[in-house]
Amino acid sequence: MKRLTLLLSLAIVLPAYADRLPLPADTPASYAAECGSCHLAYPPALLAAGDWRRIMAGLAEHFGTDAAVDAQKRQEITAFLERHAGSSAKLGNSGEPPRISQTARFVRKHREVPARLWRDPRIKSPANCEACHRGAADGNYSEHDIAIRELKR
Amino acid sequence: MRTIPACALLLASLACHAATPQQIGQTYAAEAAAQQPGFTPSAKRGEALFRQRFAHNDKMPACTSCHTDSPLNAGQHAVTGKAIRPLAVAANTERFADPAKAEKWFGRNCKEVVGRACTPAEKADFVAFMSEVR
Repeated sequence: MKRLTLLLSLAIVLPAYADRLPLPADTPASYAAECGSCHLAYPPALLAAGDWRRIMAGLAEHFGTDAAVDAQKRQEITAFLERHAGSSAKLGNSGEPPRISQTARFVRKHREVPARLWRDPRIKSPANCEACHRGAADGNYSEHDIAIRELKR
Repeated sequence: MRTIPACALLLASLACHAATPQQIGQTYAAEAAAQQPGFTPSAKRGEALFRQRFAHNDKMPACTSCHTDSPLNAGQHAVTGKAIRPLAVAANTERFADPAKAEKWFGRNCKEVVGRACTPAEKADFVAFMSEVR
């Protein structure tokens, strides 16, 4: 009985847990300041360590923007991202340059989102997590808390 | 437990050197005056710079591309859609309160939108406009 209760509670908790991606407790202040101004400070688990290293090595040409940081911050942020990076086997190929929105995991999780909605002015870009996941800044990516009416379930 | 807020305070005071928009504006104005004697900051010129369209970046040709026509409004990043809090001090008291932060964003945004570094005079004018606009 005890085991059944445990299994049942795991079954309830785990799917919810998968949508919870809060920033780790040891997130350096530089991460929010340097990486969370132009876009959400993305949860490090959304890319693999090698992808983050490639991103951090190319900040001077970061998706068309010079997002370079000083050497000390680069080191601190890279180490943090490596510590909490996701598994490349689970995430899948992220392309070149690496994009969270190209990983197999992201694509699978968003397969119900029609192409036209990605271009909707309320959303603008797959980089804009908060347009739909209004609790994204707090790590809440639940599909039951979506701000866009057409995607509500 | 008490040591935690104390440490946080200490860290915060070490990490960012608080200043007022007036102080930040004065620093830029002094730099500008060293280059052009008699320089005084102008909020009006600052506003003109804020509204000027540059031919450098078609996704964000002007400050207004992300910060909207009024710096009192919240803006939105033209590419990523990320919300941006108002630039005007009257609407957001955290603006121009940290010289390093102001300098960092002038550095990034002038390069990206104007296509070159902004001059100390332009920065002084811009800070004057953002401090005065109501």
